[in-house]
Amino acid sequence: MMGHYIALSLLAVLGLGMIFIFYLTVKGRTIERRFVFLYIVFTVSLPLFVKMKPPIQVSPEVQQVVETITSLSPGAKVLISCDFDPPSAPELQPMLVAFTKYALKHDLKLIFMGLWPLGPSQANRGLRLALADTIIAAKNLTYGVDYVNLGFQSGNEFVIQAMGGSFKSMFPQDDRRIPYDSIPLLNGVVNYRQIDLVMNFSAGKPGTIEWIQNAVDRYQVKLSAGNTAVQAPQVYPYLRAGQVRGLMGGMSGAAEFELALNEKGKASSFILSQMFSHLAVMLFVIVGNVAWLMTRKKK
Amino acid sequence: MPLYRRHLPCRFFTGLVVFFHFFLFLLLAGQAISQTAETPVSSAIDSLKLTDHTPLPPGSISAEDVPDDAGGAIDIIWEVSPDDVPNGKVRSYHIFRSVSLNGMPSEFTKIGEINAGSTTFRDGRAAEDVDNFYKVAAVNFENSNGTLLWEAMSSPALVGPVHATSQWFNTRRVNAFVGVVLLSAIIIFLINQAKSGKNLYIRKIAGLEAVDEAVGRATEMGKKILFIPGIQDMNDVQTIAGIAILGHVAELAAEYEAKLEVPVSKSLVMVTARETMKEAYARAGRSDAFHESQVVFITEDQFGYAAAVEGQIVREKPATIFYQGAFFAESLLLAEVGNAEGAIQIAGTGEPSQLPFFVAACDYTLIGEELFAASAYMSHEPRQLGSLKGQDVGKAVFLVAIVVGIVCATFGWIDLSHFFRVN
Amino acid sequence: MRREIPLIITTIAGLVFAISYFIPHMPFGEAETIFGDWVTIVQAFAIWLGVLNLLRVTGEKIHRKRPGWTYAAIVIVTMVGTIAIGIYEGFAGMNATPPSSYRDAGTTFDWIFQYLYDPLSSTMFAMLAFYISSAAYRAFRARNLEATMLLIAAFFMMGGRVPLLDQLISPFTDTLVFSKLSSWIMNFPVAGGQRAIAIGIALGIMSSSLRVILGIERSHIGGGE
Repeated sequence: MMGHYIALSLLAVLGLGMIFIFYLTVKGRTIERRFVFLYIVFTVSLPLFVKMKPPIQVSPEVQQVVETITSLSPGAKVLISCDFDPPSAPELQPMLVAFTKYALKHDLKLIFMGLWPLGPSQANRGLRLALADTIIAAKNLTYGVDYVNLGFQSGNEFVIQAMGGSFKSMFPQDDRRIPYDSIPLLNGVVNYRQIDLVMNFSAGKPGTIEWIQNAVDRYQVKLSAGNTAVQAPQVYPYLRAGQVRGLMGGMSGAAEFELALNEKGKASSFILSQMFSHLAVMLFVIVGNVAWLMTRKKK
Repeated sequence: MPLYRRHLPCRFFTGLVVFFHFFLFLLLAGQAISQTAETPVSSAIDSLKLTDHTPLPPGSISAEDVPDDAGGAIDIIWEVSPDDVPNGKVRSYHIFRSVSLNGMPSEFTKIGEINAGSTTFRDGRAAEDVDNFYKVAAVNFENSNGTLLWEAMSSPALVGPVHATSQWFNTRRVNAFVGVVLLSAIIIFLINQAKSGKNLYIRKIAGLEAVDEAVGRATEMGKKILFIPGIQDMNDVQTIAGIAILGHVAELAAEYEAKLEVPVSKSLVMVTARETMKEAYARAGRSDAFHESQVVFITEDQFGYAAAVEGQIVREKPATIFYQGAFFAESLLLAEVGNAEGAIQIAGTGEPSQLPFFVAACDYTLIGEELFAASAYMSHEPRQLGSLKGQDVGKAVFLVAIVVGIVCATFGWIDLSHFFRVN
Repeated sequence: MRREIPLIITTIAGLVFAISYFIPHMPFGEAETIFGDWVTIVQAFAIWLGVLNLLRVTGEKIHRKRPGWTYAAIVIVTMVGTIAIGIYEGFAGMNATPPSSYRDAGTTFDWIFQYLYDPLSSTMFAMLAFYISSAAYRAFRARNLEATMLLIAAFFMMGGRVPLLDQLISPFTDTLVFSKLSSWIMNFPVAGGQRAIAIGIALGIMSSSLRVILGIERSHIGGGE
């Protein structure tokens, strides 16, 4: 608790510091960028010590994802495309972990793949965390029966198109070099028609938009997606057209998703840092503009 | 003849008959035992039939060729069995197929199964130019720990013959076809108009007007020009547009004798950029000034590339930096570092999410289509200008369609969006 | 012929892809699949082309002891080392019982990914936070009407990601809370703007592609007439 109070006090000092920055900026002495960087360091790291429950509310876009997932019956097959790498992991990995935990607890069958080279590694990390959960560990799930990792395939949107004909043509073996036909979970899975849902976690290209253009439009695939906060606005037109069933955007989307599925994870833990850093950027914009307007008026 | 000799044949044959019957009895008994041992399920099923677990068959079965495809696909459609209700007797439907050349079904093989409640199944491996027959049976079963205890199947409903055929045109894409033909015709017409000498007006694009000044600045300061063609490969049209701009910038740099370097993230882009620069230097009459080491492959990794280029900007302090192509998260990293070093920066990308960062950190930004227009704009080549005008006409067509569509939707007239839906 | 052959290949490939979208019948439907497979293969080989070029460039830098050659040596050592470890563990895992992947937990490759690559690339991405703040302070100015509207929208969007502000405002109003405003902005102005940009870019791509197919645009083969 001591850390909590010290962190809160230091955050209050930072707040006062912003007033000082405003004063200096109005006086024409804009602070050096290194001080801005230092300010951000404290704004991001101090909330990690604050013990406060972030007041998150589930947005309609995330709720739509949750409803799509919860409507799946046990035994339903879900294809999960991990189209991201470590830099985007803080935003997307919590979504992946929360979904994987929910899916394994509710007996959904998971088929992981990646259009980015490091996507399957991210999938493995998510799986490891999910399988360590006590409820899931007690189920003694088996690789190849309850979940499988097909690995990475180069070709971007061509892979998505080709999978519409045959998954095996793009993934003749899984990530462990086990032949496709030898994997019990993939028995009878020829193409998208045998898949109940595609979950896409995307940080760029190829990503959700390529899945929509090549899988949803061509093969009427049911798709839900999680994107980075920067990428999410580009997917909104497709969300409003009903081509994607729900969208989780950035770490806040991940925190809402964890709350909705009752799977507390890293997004819920770190969302406070994001909130305070957003606040800091907003204040920098306000301070910079007010000071600029005031100096302009003086001139 | 002794008596026993007279009776020997009878006794022998009697013994043979007895032995034969005894052997037959053993055989039959053994079969009965083995049948009971091998097929507990079937005898269980026989007994279960007495308790009526067998569901009623599905109704109104039909089969039709899947339209607008390359053949080999047939949709089988049926009405659910009357027993297909929650907690009912139907757990799944099994689909069987028989292929025939003489119009009569032969042996059926199972081709798939689908959950209860389903009413369609697509056979994606139907043979073409033969008669396909299908049977659909409602199935009830019970299993425990993955082991099937028993299974009861309805009498299957039969349909056929049906042929799988391929079509020469995907009728669901007629609207896209009309759109493509119309827009292509407009673009080609305007290209021909431009070739015939007609003057086509294009508004000023500030970023492209500043290219000359930017290259000149680098020459005066004796510093480098850095050209970054994005981080996507040659299959991305933005990269092609970026390389086209590189050609013009390289020609200017060769004329002004400015040093131009191009760090790239993809090997195919490296090869293309080298060719483009070589041609550009040759056009400027300075083939000797070009060296292959001006175009360097760094790494495919996004942030490894960004780190390397940032380091190059900080160490070498180029006077001018061009960002022309597809960028993602590294856009702000590069642009901010370039801004901090005081370089004049001209950016252009079709990625909407990165435009705000370039606008904030660069001196000039080409937004979206301006990147694709750059090549035509800088060359003033009639055919390229014509295609640019064609783009604008296409946009005007969409604009009119959107306005008309909004009006129709507002007043509840025809649903225009239906004509723009692509399958 | 050096220019003509690539142009002919470009035209044929472009036309085949365009036509196969509308004609599913053999050979067009098959052609799209076959060409798509070739793209996958070429892209996979292109990765090796890049690796070899990188080896050549860094090797030359080390050989000529150019400034920063020690970093070039580190690049080569780490690249060759990671490739070798991946290949070795890949084959070892393939022949193990049960088969495992070189990416699985406990492998050296996974250790390199988790403790070297992940922190390094995450650090680079994290630098964005600092640069955004510095840009927000220095460059985001309401110089004109459009910039002012942009800033106001950005203010509400960022505020929507700070639920604490909603808690402060909600006692006074339920409609004008940041989260609802930011949701409205995303669903209407942003979606509309994104659609417009997407249509414009799609038309630009179509026009550029037509120029490439017709041979008017030749930058992909090095430019020139």
